Amino acid sequence: MARVGVFVCHCGENIGRTVDCAGVADALRDHPGVAHSCDYKYMCSDPGQQLIKDAIKEHRLDGVVVSACSPHMHEKTFRRATSQADLNPFLMEMANIREQCAWIHEDRPLATAKATDLVRTLVEKVKRNRPLVPIQVPVTPRALVIGGGIAGIQAALDIAEGGREVILVEKEPSVGGHMSQLSETFPTLDCSQCILTPRMVDAAQHPMITLLTWSEVEKVDGYIGNFEVTIRRKARSVDLDACTGCQECTEVCPSKRTLDEFDTGLRKRTAIYTPFPQAIPNKPVIDRPACLYFKAAERAKARGKPMKKMVCGKCAEACGVKAISFDGEDELVVEKVGAIVVATGFQLYQVGKQQPEPYLRGYGEYGYGEDPDIIDGLQFERLASASGPTGGRILKPSDGEPPQTVVFVQCTGSRDPAKGIEYCSGVCCMYTAKHAMLYQHSVHGGQAVVFYMDIRATGKGYEVFTRRAAEEAGADYVRGRVSSIYRVGDKLRVLGMDTLMGEPCEVDADLVVLATAIRPQPGIKELAQTLSISYDQHGFLNEAHPKLRPVETNTAGVYLAGCSQAPRDIPDSVAMASATASKVLALFSRDQLEREPQVAQVDADSCAGCFHCERVCPYGAIERLEVRDRRGQVLKVIAQVNQGVCQGCGTCPAVCPSKSVQLDGFTDEQVFAAIQALSI
Amino acid sequence: MKIGYYPGCSMHATAKDYGESLSGVTQALGVELQEVPDWACCGASSAHVTNHLLGVALPARTLATAEEHGMDRIMTPCAACYGRLCSAAVETGQDPELKREVEEVIGHPLQGSVQVLNIVELLQELLPQVEPLLVRRLEGLKLACYYGCLLLRPHKVTGFDDPEQPESMEALVRAVGAQPVAWNKRVECCGAGFSLARTGSVIRLGRGILDDAAAAGADAVVVACPMCHSNLDMRQAAMNRKQRGLPELPVLYATQVVGLAMGLDPSSLGLQRHFVSAQALVERILALPGATPAEGVA
Repeated sequence: MARVGVFVCHCGENIGRTVDCAGVADALRDHPGVAHSCDYKYMCSDPGQQLIKDAIKEHRLDGVVVSACSPHMHEKTFRRATSQADLNPFLMEMANIREQCAWIHEDRPLATAKATDLVRTLVEKVKRNRPLVPIQVPVTPRALVIGGGIAGIQAALDIAEGGREVILVEKEPSVGGHMSQLSETFPTLDCSQCILTPRMVDAAQHPMITLLTWSEVEKVDGYIGNFEVTIRRKARSVDLDACTGCQECTEVCPSKRTLDEFDTGLRKRTAIYTPFPQAIPNKPVIDRPACLYFKAAERAKARGKPMKKMVCGKCAEACGVKAISFDGEDELVVEKVGAIVVATGFQLYQVGKQQPEPYLRGYGEYGYGEDPDIIDGLQFERLASASGPTGGRILKPSDGEPPQTVVFVQCTGSRDPAKGIEYCSGVCCMYTAKHAMLYQHSVHGGQAVVFYMDIRATGKGYEVFTRRAAEEAGADYVRGRVSSIYRVGDKLRVLGMDTLMGEPCEVDADLVVLATAIRPQPGIKELAQTLSISYDQHGFLNEAHPKLRPVETNTAGVYLAGCSQAPRDIPDSVAMASATASKVLALFSRDQLEREPQVAQVDADSCAGCFHCERVCPYGAIERLEVRDRRGQVLKVIAQVNQGVCQGCGTCPAVCPSKSVQLDGFTDEQVFAAIQALSI
Repeated sequence: MKIGYYPGCSMHATAKDYGESLSGVTQALGVELQEVPDWACCGASSAHVTNHLLGVALPARTLATAEEHGMDRIMTPCAACYGRLCSAAVETGQDPELKREVEEVIGHPLQGSVQVLNIVELLQELLPQVEPLLVRRLEGLKLACYYGCLLLRPHKVTGFDDPEQPESMEALVRAVGAQPVAWNKRVECCGAGFSLARTGSVIRLGRGILDDAAAAGADAVVVACPMCHSNLDMRQAAMNRKQRGLPELPVLYATQVVGLAMGLDPSSLGLQRHFVSAQALVERILALPGATPAEGVA
């Protein structure tokens, strides 16, 4: 006969107000298998826990039901108390009579009856619990950081400084990300590259960091502490070891018509190129779709014939160290890591009628992409940057003249559910103030006009900064939205609403800068699926808890940093990256991980190997196991659960046709017994 | 083909030319417009700013009548009527409480089965029938397609085209061989129902629209709404185009453009009724090379 103890908590007045707790304890006292039943004002307090420990010893209990709040709240507390009394902690269950009873009902007798029922179900369940032992998982103390922008660099450096190895993967030819494109940074107006490039160098030279640029994560297997990551190293066509970065090759390349990504299309680049002078590694890459040799090779391949003669090849001729080769193919490398940091950053909302997703309806009326003098914020950064196409002089892309009036349109795309994005991009108020200031400093006598909804300047020193843009630099702030922008002669007419004056207004501008919304990187959803992590409707990755676990994901061992999770500015991205690094280092501080033992188990005898479980498992925890006879002949292939990966979600037991999978702690026997208790 | 038809107040009166060109084109295409019997005012401008329930109930009554007569679609050539009918259909469809109230007011059940079309939608649908009947392509004719507001907006009510960058009228004009011009004020407001109450505003708005169309090189403006037409045509004299040394700009209905390409007699399209003479433009079109109109069409 079972000897279960029932402990009914009043939770002060929280439960006691609606439920007769003593009545519940009384009702359970005569329940078969209950050896002890009592109630107490605060079961989670020290005396309350002591009450449980004493009762376990005194009444030789072999199961405990604490009827109190949600297990989310105090399951850990009571499991610990139970184990301190030398009872396996998994023989303790909680009946939630607060959130699921007292808080949602008013009628005391009915609520008391329901609470009694809830406790009874758990008593029946706990009678069938078996002792479980936490699962031990080994940890590979190496981290993978995906994305070499400021967030990825910071996370990599912090982890490396903590003495652990890091593999930093960047899909572009250089690390640096968007921050390397910025001119000055708010709110201090210090040069972005000046503060970033030393970090880039640190990351490249750190003995604990392996830098893989021009590479992408292709596949991720395994689980926390034991990931196996397949990385595609795209063919660079330039031997990084041999190349000295002399740039002789880029000077002779005859293909000069590709829009430069780093300069946001404001300049053309060659097919073999180094993205920017401070690039790390400061060595070129061949953009194969733009390269004359590869285009010819591609054509020859399409005709099914070998190339008759060498096409171009000027870069290889110019290279003194013979670092250029046209034969390289993409390579796949497999690395074992214990933790993964996703720091893939952002892309800007592309304003225009053509949109990648049907829900984005994008501001075709703003004429972006049709008129060269209508640009986005990142393009303005390049215009204002000393390393940019104009050498830091703010000039109109159309004719190279300094613009006398510049209109900045904030919230282009952001905060506009009608156009598909309801969130605030967070950084545009600040960078627009910076742009206006840089412009006013650069073009004397010019006028910046900023259309805004309201100014969100919540960071340290931010409010003062935006005020300075308006009050000292002299930018004209107009509260209202812009309805359309079109060309009238040599001016761009901006139609807007001045909502403080309550009237429509028109500004004739020479240059229009759209502060377009921040969106997650393209391909983020595919990456999220590869990593089994979730994302919101816009593709931003979901954190495990919006307040209390902001850098973890719901997949153990996968962490977030920077704009992959939500729009962020540089200080926030860096702070988040360091937070992530501390989580990774904490994980690596142990050789073994302990995991909750409520995982699925397969009955090898009855499993027929249909693999329904494999198809439904959201975590990829089902493996295939060959059952062999003594001579080594394969008898059958059955499913097996990888306990390190299994999250105990219970999907596989639900679909198994032969009931061969059971979830420890939630077996059919336990669940049915609990349900049956309700029919008494 | 038969389709339900809601003429609204203007087709028999101020926009007689629109009504004539509509019936000319539809007859030539063998489309029978079945007028909704005993239709009521759509409530545009006056009713829906006075009383919300009245503003919904008036067009809802028309919808209910159309349903009663087995019409599954009704076309209305007026953008304001179109807006009100769509609005009544959408609002009663989304709000069961409002629907119940409206049914009580109009004393008739409302199933919500009638689809409301505007003239551009109908002409687009009829394009395959129009094409074999074209006797001339309006080559070299530069047209500024003017949508105004109510054909497109509010977009969640009309669901028609793109509210900021529409292209359906351009496609229509292109189909008859004319050249749509790219201009800036396609979806600006013409002043609509304020033609009498705030004539000054209507003239100011219209002047901006016509100046922009002319700057884009348009020979004429094409509209799909009787109000847009009267504001741009009737009020054009007050826009001082002549005094400013600018040519007058004829304003044509979409149906007139299609009708001319089909070789219909200009007077059967009401083209002589405009305030701003379309005579020169019509002559230019008639001089375009083209086949003789098919027997019985002209």
